[in-house]
Amino acid sequence: MELTKEQAQEFIARRVAQEFRNGDVVTLGIGLPTKAVSYLPQDVSIIVQSENGVLGVGTYQDETCRDSHIINAGGVGVTINAGGCFVDSLMSFSMMRGGHIDITVLGALQVDVEGNLANWCIPGKFTPGMGGAMDLVAGTKKLIVAMEHTAKGSPKILKRCTLPLTAVHKVDMIITEKAVFDVSPRGLVLREISPYSSLEDIRSTTDADFEVDLR
Amino acid sequence: MIKIITPTEALQFFQSGQTLMVGGFLNCGVPNLVIDELIKTPLTDFTLISNDTGEAGINRGQLIRAGKIKKAIVSHIGTNPETVQLYNEGKIEVDLEPQGSLAERIRADGAGLGGILTPVGVGTEVEKGKQKIALNGKDYLLETPLHADVAVVYATYADKFGNLAFHGSTRNFNVLMPMAADVVIVEAEHISAEPLSPDNVVVPGIFVDYLIDGGRNGAD
Repeated sequence: MELTKEQAQEFIARRVAQEFRNGDVVTLGIGLPTKAVSYLPQDVSIIVQSENGVLGVGTYQDETCRDSHIINAGGVGVTINAGGCFVDSLMSFSMMRGGHIDITVLGALQVDVEGNLANWCIPGKFTPGMGGAMDLVAGTKKLIVAMEHTAKGSPKILKRCTLPLTAVHKVDMIITEKAVFDVSPRGLVLREISPYSSLEDIRSTTDADFEVDLR
Repeated sequence: MIKIITPTEALQFFQSGQTLMVGGFLNCGVPNLVIDELIKTPLTDFTLISNDTGEAGINRGQLIRAGKIKKAIVSHIGTNPETVQLYNEGKIEVDLEPQGSLAERIRADGAGLGGILTPVGVGTEVEKGKQKIALNGKDYLLETPLHADVAVVYATYADKFGNLAFHGSTRNFNVLMPMAADVVIVEAEHISAEPLSPDNVVVPGIFVDYLIDGGRNGAD
């Protein structure tokens, strides 16, 4: 069964949410990673950190709570949860680099068997800049890449990233609509096959070797 | 007491070719009043140090659209397609810096440090032109201080001593930049006659040279 883009993203976001443990401090990249909070298990409560200086990001704002002075890193108006606080950029990035974030979830253009990640630049075509991504990956205890398995049919999981890197040897886990991989010192280990895929399908859409050690 | 000036009076501190720091993250906590005046002048060739270049034609994006910026030292330009286009056409120089390193470079200047050592960017293109230093078995990049001729920042609250306080996620770079510039101009939404509580001051007034009244006193 082929998933639509929306279905694939929801499946990935739901799977990412299973990785969170009660009390985790979590930073989520813009887009797909941010959707994971919508699928938190009921008994799990996490503290979401946003690089622009919000610790304890709540819901999106609605007409009952408009405040243009409270945004997330994507520029969208959000609320702040009880127990949260606002910080400046120095404090925000100290949290990241200093190892105070439990889990970081980012999207990727490419990721490879050595845990390298590329997500900030396609030379000559797309140079938005790294923003906070390089700092985010530097100190996080666990880095999850959450992305669609391929881009217009082309593999994004590779032997070696060809685009400029965001992080070197930092990725711990890759979650796509087809598979979950752990990144180990030996390389990629396939841990889960999604109901929407098969080992043959994963092999044919992944441009890298991997061990199979299913949970 | 800190002198309160108008956005037009603030123009006396600007000259073509200066390095400017402007606070804000996307459209949050951006000092717009001085930018609105600056784009009307013939002044140009500024180096802009800021987190990003805003959105096309909005807040800091106005400086890009008006052709005021020769070089931008920022962490991100993706939200402003006009900056991306000028960059691709070679009409603007852009130094992309990891956001945390950009913040620390500003702090280093303000705090009197010769630089900072960070692991961020090791093994990536960010290394280019930077000194790599191995310490206790780990590689770091030496990031050097950033200083500005003029810093323009936002505050939600100010008192007449120049003390600043902030609401929501407006602190971002507004808290650091006042430490690292020759002339510091603060646009405050509310300027109170009474001193802010010393417990609530985030930026001490000694870093502030001029206040601009954002005129929101009593507005909310």
